[in-house]
Amino acid sequence: MVRALIGAILVGVMCPLVGAYAVTRNLAFIGDALAHAVLPGIVLGYIVGINPAIAAVPTGVAVALLVRTVSRRAGLSSDTSIGILFATMFALGLVMLARSTTIKVNIEDLLLGQILAITPTGIYVSLGITVVVILGLFTFHHWLLFASFDPLGAQVNSTRANVADYAFLVMLALVVVIGIQAAGIVLVLAMLVTPAATAYLLVRRFVSIMITAAALGTASAVTGLYVSYYFNLSAGPAMTLVASGVFALALAFKRRAPA
Amino acid sequence: MIAAPISHRASMSLQDVSVEVGGHLAVSNVTFDVEAGTLMGVVGPNGAGKSTLFSAIAGLLPVRQGKVTLHRAGQESGGLAYVPQRESVNWRLPVTVMDVVMMGRCCRLGWFRRPGKRDREIVKACLGRVGLWDHRSALMTELSGGQKQRVFVSRALAQEASVLLLDEAFSGVDVAAQEALVGVLQTLRDEGRIVLLATHDLTNLAGRFDQVLCLNRHVCACGPPEQVFTSEVMEQMYGAHGVRLTTDGGR
Repeated sequence: MVRALIGAILVGVMCPLVGAYAVTRNLAFIGDALAHAVLPGIVLGYIVGINPAIAAVPTGVAVALLVRTVSRRAGLSSDTSIGILFATMFALGLVMLARSTTIKVNIEDLLLGQILAITPTGIYVSLGITVVVILGLFTFHHWLLFASFDPLGAQVNSTRANVADYAFLVMLALVVVIGIQAAGIVLVLAMLVTPAATAYLLVRRFVSIMITAAALGTASAVTGLYVSYYFNLSAGPAMTLVASGVFALALAFKRRAPA
Repeated sequence: MIAAPISHRASMSLQDVSVEVGGHLAVSNVTFDVEAGTLMGVVGPNGAGKSTLFSAIAGLLPVRQGKVTLHRAGQESGGLAYVPQRESVNWRLPVTVMDVVMMGRCCRLGWFRRPGKRDREIVKACLGRVGLWDHRSALMTELSGGQKQRVFVSRALAQEASVLLLDEAFSGVDVAAQEALVGVLQTLRDEGRIVLLATHDLTNLAGRFDQVLCLNRHVCACGPPEQVFTSEVMEQMYGAHGVRLTTDGGR
């Protein structure tokens, strides 16, 4: 339970911190796509006998970078590239799962998460990712803000804007790996998007949104974990429902006028 | 205040520039020179290639043929600042006026340095110059169209840019706010900067710009406003309707 609590806190802090950028940049769907796209990495991890969270990291990063590269080379919108890569990688993962005779894992655990079964290695991976992503956010914050607000102006200002955009996709892929362990492939999007969207309704400035989202995400993840423990439910859906309930309350008493 | 004065003198030259968009030639054989301290209006109908030309000058689009050359006075003088059309800006992101102007300091910060006292002083001075220091904590979405444009100009100042490209900066801005914006741009011109402003609004051009570039996929005319608005040039830009506009253009 202690490991699960640590895992829930890490998910609750990190997914909304990066999710705040995803929500305000209209990139929420990419988090869902990345979560599905890391399935081949997770399955490969089970096949070769390494922790699936470790195996998911390179897959997620590769897909995140491919999204932008495919969009640029093919002249397609990001959501089209995301759709193609997400479906392809998820299908590949399902084929690998079906063809493997050695994997003894419940597909439901992959889809909905199993935070109570999180291993010490899973926690170390999450802690490592947390350090990397916090350093990344600190380093790239100003450029990410510029590129998120005025992509063309930032691009003219410096090539660093492009580097920051790629770095953002990598950070998104990394926090998705943390989120999958707790909320599963299907519901990681909830931890990425819902607390950030709730904070967007409640506070004015972007940095305040990030901080509020992290606080709401942590509260939702920990509350969801305890609800799932005492009522014998899956943790992922419990966390999601708590976060959605908070969003509904914020929507009822929202401060922000529509943009 | 700002520690040391930096020379913003720069000149720009376009030689036979052609730019393709989606496999089609959007502008062709554009040639003109801009001296330091010039406020130039780039006018033409919708689809004339004004934004395409700006994107090519800014390096956002590749130049298929020809050359864009920017001569700067010294290493310290800033580069080029680009203010895109309002549709290209993500207004959903809740940033304050101060945040936006601080973005201009990004290229001076590098990766790891946080904005320091000097950066904040520069931002304060830049916002003061456009008369928006009192609005520093306001969200961008709370400002009027003219105020937003002045914030972007302030960001260019914080960047210490020598060349400013403003794409459709008068769009959605009332006449009084346009005059206030032009007043700020004229002071930047007086410091030796080059300011190019694309617009399809032909009213009051003579009083606002030193030079006007008339564009309709190619250069129809380039020069002082009182010289370029001939009936032939207007016809090249707007067809038969252009001749009727001649009496109003440039006044």
